[in-house]
Amino acid sequence: MNEKVTAIINKYSSDRGQLVSILQDIQAEYRYLPKDALLQVSETMGIPASRVYDVATFFKAFSLKPRGKYVIDVCLGTACHVRGGNRVLETMERCLAIERGQTTKDGKFTLETVNCMGCCAVGPAVKIDGDYYGHMSTDKVDGLLAKFE
Amino acid sequence: MTTKLLNKLSSRQDLEALRKELVRKRKTDKPTISLCNGTACRPYGCLQLTEAFKQGLEVRGLTAKVELRVTGCHGLCEKGPIVVIQPGDIFYQQVKSDDVPEILSETVAKGNVIDRLLHTDPATGRKVVHRNEVPFYLKQQRNILGNNVEINFNKIEDYISIGGYAALARALLEMTPEKIIEEIKSSGLRGRGGAGFPTGAKWESCRHAPGDIKYVIVNADEGDPGAYANEGLLSGNPHSVLEGLIIGAFAVGANQGYVYVRNEYPLALANMVTAIDQAERFGFLGDNILGSGFNFNVRINRGGGAFVCGESTALMASLEGKVGEPRAKYVHTVEKGLWNRPSDLNNVETWANVPLIINKGADSYRTLGTDGSKGTKIFSLVGKINNTGLVEVPMGITLREIIYDIGGGIRDGKKFKAIQTGGPSGGCLPESLLDLPVDFDELSKAGSMMGSGGMIVMDETTCMVDIARYFLSFLEEESCGKCLPCREGIKRMRQVFDEITAGRGSEKDLEFLEQLSLTLVDSSLCGLGQTAPNPVLTTLRYFKDEYEAHIKEKRCPAGVCKALTHYYVIEEKCPGCGICVRECPQEAITFMGKKKPVMMDESKCIKCGICCDVCKMGAIGKR
Repeated sequence: MNEKVTAIINKYSSDRGQLVSILQDIQAEYRYLPKDALLQVSETMGIPASRVYDVATFFKAFSLKPRGKYVIDVCLGTACHVRGGNRVLETMERCLAIERGQTTKDGKFTLETVNCMGCCAVGPAVKIDGDYYGHMSTDKVDGLLAKFE
Repeated sequence: MTTKLLNKLSSRQDLEALRKELVRKRKTDKPTISLCNGTACRPYGCLQLTEAFKQGLEVRGLTAKVELRVTGCHGLCEKGPIVVIQPGDIFYQQVKSDDVPEILSETVAKGNVIDRLLHTDPATGRKVVHRNEVPFYLKQQRNILGNNVEINFNKIEDYISIGGYAALARALLEMTPEKIIEEIKSSGLRGRGGAGFPTGAKWESCRHAPGDIKYVIVNADEGDPGAYANEGLLSGNPHSVLEGLIIGAFAVGANQGYVYVRNEYPLALANMVTAIDQAERFGFLGDNILGSGFNFNVRINRGGGAFVCGESTALMASLEGKVGEPRAKYVHTVEKGLWNRPSDLNNVETWANVPLIINKGADSYRTLGTDGSKGTKIFSLVGKINNTGLVEVPMGITLREIIYDIGGGIRDGKKFKAIQTGGPSGGCLPESLLDLPVDFDELSKAGSMMGSGGMIVMDETTCMVDIARYFLSFLEEESCGKCLPCREGIKRMRQVFDEITAGRGSEKDLEFLEQLSLTLVDSSLCGLGQTAPNPVLTTLRYFKDEYEAHIKEKRCPAGVCKALTHYYVIEEKCPGCGICVRECPQEAITFMGKKKPVMMDESKCIKCGICCDVCKMGAIGKR
């Protein structure tokens, strides 16, 4: 039994209705959802492992694979799309030599996409490690990634 | 500073006494710096700016003499961070940390206006000093969103001092549930989440549904890409949503409420958590609220990044800890919703309208708007427009007024092409419909819908075929997969679009798309699939010429679809500076000597568009 996971489950009083929130907290702790943690949730809360797996794979926010040190979210909401968000994503893919959903070999960056972060006014927007970057363009990608050395 | 409360507020007298005290404290001549900390201001560095103000005030020994009010979204996100200074209602935009010393020593201390931080009216070129003269705000009616500027988003005291929770006291202590429902019905309030179902009628059905245990839910799973209207409201004024929710709970007879917040909105989530905690401490939540005998508690649930969870039955499934799959609604959720009990779910903005109606009365509320749509509506005005931001307008205003008078027209002198409303369930409306009054019914008649409030402006460089394809691929990814028409139909439509945008489309495709669209509308299980064809149908209806250009002429008029677009150097414009040569990842551009135009080898070009982005001379063309 992992104590951190136990603490998270206790925080929500093992409430099954809070399964998504519990998984969110576990992911915040480990940056992904480790298999052992999911099994512990299943056992402790009396939810079949298949159901936990069902929820963990249904929602886009969850990752079953370890993620990099920095998680890059490229926004592909409509406002960002019409201003070239997709081209920013393609440039990121080229610069990092990975595709969306993948992690760089050195484990530094994971490149993900998100369908709107609520800062459409400054699109195309990118979020790295919780910080927002607005008015992105293809030529700013290199400089931005260089900040995370 | 948080007011210390030894006891919870247990009566209306308690609340009014506290309000009096807070208003007295607030009404001193203390200068106030109202500083936007909304999500859209974050990329501009508003957090660092806030820190700079804090330090500046401390260094000058002004911390106690000047109020620094950290607020939610002020609306004009394009020009953030926004700072408004009282007295004087002085409006500064694009403020940087370096500007702080001057603002404190000149504006706050002496009342002098700093010219370079003022807003310039794009139409006249005139500098504007006061917030209420900024053209962006002139045609707006910020009844709901306007309070964002007046309150620190983490201080319940600020909300109380501007009249917060007075509607709750009135509802709980002076009105019966039936009377509240009557008032909401008579106000004409319709659900702000998209479809526009009459709120009062929904509440009434829930109240009359059999069962002792009922629930009320805030739908803050604003999944429409390009819409952040709910985010701006929830993070900027969480108590207004909470107050509406408690009134609604009393009206339908619920003792437990839920706020389902999108995981992608960390600020809204944090501020709502704080608000609920404060409301509990002050006695607006819990047992015997304000001495009325009514008990009510609220819990927050986080979404997991699934668009379909904005659908009521999917959201409720998610609240039960299951995957967010919708179910057929033969039995409405107001009768059997969460845990199979009567549940009333409303959008964030709908809830925030409730205190306003109770305070002002339905008669007054009804005076604003059109026959079928009353009150105001918040939109996130974004895309290729000059003044991007959150706007709140009376129902019935025309699209033209929103785009040109409030939005300041199209960016970079480009030509307007379309406005997209209603997210993936909505449609794209052309220039010929710009004089359409914005309300639930008019937008639906035009083939679009109100949605939760996204308004994305598109110009001549946006390809409408690509936009339709974009929404399909979005919905394909977000379809839960439970019903076949949605799961396979959207995918099939997207495949057809892949062919068209690759230059392999045929005229039969358009007929097929229309047919398949109608199948989805008729046979999908939930709103996601039923409305999924809207972007396709509206672009086919209003922009058929673009489809034909892709199919017949193998040409993308906007220069977006890669397979149909070719980049070239406009020799007479190219000074041979070589920036594009350096930036091209493919080494497809060659330097030909000083002051000579560069040369492009199209066989190496991957059409990434970087050359176009870096060229200051506009010397890279697309055809």
